[in-house]
Amino acid sequence: MTSSELPASIEVEGLVKQFKKGPRAVDGIDLHVDPGEIYGFLGPNGAGKSTTVLMLTTLLPPTAGTARVAGWDVARDGARVRESIGAALQEAALDPFLTAREHMRLQTALHGLPKGERERRGDDLIERVGLADAADRKVGGYSGGMRRRLDLALSLVHRPRILFLDEPTTGLDPQSRASLWDEVARLSREDGVTVFLTTQYLEEADALAARVGIIDNGKLVAEGTPAALKAEIGEPGLEVVPAEDERRDDMARVLERFGDGECVHHERGSIGVRLQGGDAALAGVVRALDAEGIGVASLQLHAPTLDDVFLAKTGRSLEGAGEDEEEDAAAEAERTAEGVPA
Amino acid sequence: MSWGETLTQIRAIAWRSLVRTARQPAQVVPAITFPLFLFAINAAGLDAAAGLPDFPAPDYLTFILAVPFIQAGIFAVSGVGADLARDIESGFLDRLALTPLSRTALVSGQIAGTMALGIVQGIIFVAVGLAAGATLDTGVTGALVLIALVVAIVFAFGLIGVTAAFKFGNGEAVQGLFPVLFVFLFLSTMALPRDLLTNDWFRVIATYNPVSYLLDGIRSLFYGGWDAEALALAFGCAAAIAAVFLPLAIRTLNTRVVRT
Repeated sequence: MTSSELPASIEVEGLVKQFKKGPRAVDGIDLHVDPGEIYGFLGPNGAGKSTTVLMLTTLLPPTAGTARVAGWDVARDGARVRESIGAALQEAALDPFLTAREHMRLQTALHGLPKGERERRGDDLIERVGLADAADRKVGGYSGGMRRRLDLALSLVHRPRILFLDEPTTGLDPQSRASLWDEVARLSREDGVTVFLTTQYLEEADALAARVGIIDNGKLVAEGTPAALKAEIGEPGLEVVPAEDERRDDMARVLERFGDGECVHHERGSIGVRLQGGDAALAGVVRALDAEGIGVASLQLHAPTLDDVFLAKTGRSLEGAGEDEEEDAAAEAERTAEGVPA
Repeated sequence: MSWGETLTQIRAIAWRSLVRTARQPAQVVPAITFPLFLFAINAAGLDAAAGLPDFPAPDYLTFILAVPFIQAGIFAVSGVGADLARDIESGFLDRLALTPLSRTALVSGQIAGTMALGIVQGIIFVAVGLAAGATLDTGVTGALVLIALVVAIVFAFGLIGVTAAFKFGNGEAVQGLFPVLFVFLFLSTMALPRDLLTNDWFRVIATYNPVSYLLDGIRSLFYGGWDAEALALAFGCAAAIAAVFLPLAIRTLNTRVVRT
């Protein structure tokens, strides 16, 4: 069987990564991504996203479980998997002393493209991601957005059917982010490329992904289309900022009477609660606050977001969750220390 | 994988290594000027040593001219090592690991780039040495053998750099090898021929130090006429260093890139 006859899908069963001196970074994940689908893998730093991507891209051997990418087993048919996938891993790893065109020359040669095709393929891809004007400039002078776009273009050199993007827009300004989203959406829509995208941005998953998996502490805590996940939550969220900060606790007590569960204190200064009884309960909240003499600086009612889904599933807000980089450090240490039999 | 594909990969990696080296004058300039600077100081300062009884070379300048060629090797360790370490730190190695690039092609390509710099260093050192008044008894053929020996030395030493880079994974640790290798150079027949080393422990160390034989091989080309034994020992020592560090380089690479 040749690679092109196999489905461009991702099938993961009971995938585990246990680091020797660290946490169980990935703790029994089951996943299924259909050919041509954009799958958003959402979670805070250290949740296990990158470790999962490293395993699926054959760069880290799993401790247990199986994963088939494009029909090939990641642990046994690594070379076949790599043939079928493209990957842009975290922090676009580029050589600051080479130009975009030179990166292309290297990448096309290493992928074994015929000599006559290399230059054309490189130029096409550079054009496609909008770097034609900067193609002969050294990458050291590129902006973050340009680097990510080049990284994406490089991952497409061998026409992969599955693309792994690990936090492709982290640290980018909104405009660069939007242009990268367009490109990823186009790849899926026009070329039928399957995209596995990790992100800590809810808008990103919401904007791009047909389906979303939410990972926390190495476990998949929810999966579905963004709409279905939000519908599961059902109740709208209420976010209120008190006029006087010393009345925060009083306000939280009042809100809790109307809420479904405890209040969340957002870093941005507001108090959030899931409103039991839906939009209709809003009037009651306002009256109660007024009766207690608690001033309101601002008040917002919003339909459930993926953030609400994350909160409901993990008990934490995605914002500011998992600040520690423990997992990344452990993964790095492991990749240097564990080794594999030669 | 076919030989043709492997060759393409080696060429691509070597080409990249050359381009990035050429674009970093801070890496190239010291690798050429520093050995020449030390050569000039030694040649001027220790000139009187050539008057010692049984001193083999016609003058001290010709004797000490062998040292820059070894220093080319030492610069190769930190050059190739630092480049690779940076690739590990930046994640560029992961990018390479996701292509069909073979381990052999990665290591050889990386070193090939450094070997090209070694050739440039070799030619410049010979030219400057001759211009300064050194003699080259074995003539043009000898110069070619000399360049071949420098390439062999750079290859062998480059493997030490590759091993260190894969082992430590960071540039600072690789740079830390630099002084250690200089100690090896100083504990050799760098400044005086073995027979004139009067201190016992020093002579013992210099006798077992492979650097001494590399130096002797280089020197045999400059004065005393063709000396097959000295050349065989020099090329043999370079081969032995390579034979020790090639498997080590591959082994440390295997722990660094654990792709399935």
